[in-house]
Amino acid sequence: MNDTHPPAWRQDFPIDWPQDHYVARRDFTKFLVLTSLPFALVQLGIGLVNWFRRDRGRWPVRAIAPLADIPVGSVLSFAYPDDNDPCLLLRLDDKTLQAFSQKCTHLGCAVTPDEDKKCLYCPCHKGFFALDSGRPLAGPPRRPLPRIRLENRDGIVYAVAMEVNPS
Amino acid sequence: MNHSLTREQMTTILQGILCLVLFVVLLQVWLLTATTNAWLGGDDSVLWPAAAASAACALVNCALLRCLNRLTV
Repeated sequence: MNDTHPPAWRQDFPIDWPQDHYVARRDFTKFLVLTSLPFALVQLGIGLVNWFRRDRGRWPVRAIAPLADIPVGSVLSFAYPDDNDPCLLLRLDDKTLQAFSQKCTHLGCAVTPDEDKKCLYCPCHKGFFALDSGRPLAGPPRRPLPRIRLENRDGIVYAVAMEVNPS
Repeated sequence: MNHSLTREQMTTILQGILCLVLFVVLLQVWLLTATTNAWLGGDDSVLWPAAAASAACALVNCALLRCLNRLTV
């Protein structure tokens, strides 16, 4: 066999491995740069979405129910700020009304009042929230439930704003 | 650019650029995760600084890509 000539298989598979590796790394770097641009665009998109939401204007004022129709210890469902945003109104005692968004801050399941444990309960992943403040008590949720600000106007309870991150 | 570089030297430079680009992309992933977490938690004060930082990272990557395109064997 003559060493000066490449073997016969080389003619059938003429792959230059150093060249192939070199090109692969270069292409991979280009691909990484291409993924970098969408990341920046998504960040800008989040900022724009937040800006448009904030620019949407004031919170709407919606009547919920007459105060006399809400017995002490009862729970009333309503929607705020849109019809697709379920909320709960709780009359804890004669003078205390609290309202929270019904969407769990973990993954958005509907929370329900747990009368035995005196808290709001998310059945999806066993999350618990305090009745009086909406803060998470146990389970996977880490953020409090958005609180609905209420006003009593001439005996009618109104929802006037939502506190997304109540302290 | 010096055109007398050997393929081994070029590969070393390429690997360096690749590492830098990879680091910047990972930084962007972390930025996006932290920003989304803060935003969903009601803190929107970090959105624009994070967006500016991510855009700066993308520009750095574009500059590195330009250096890469100038490299010739």
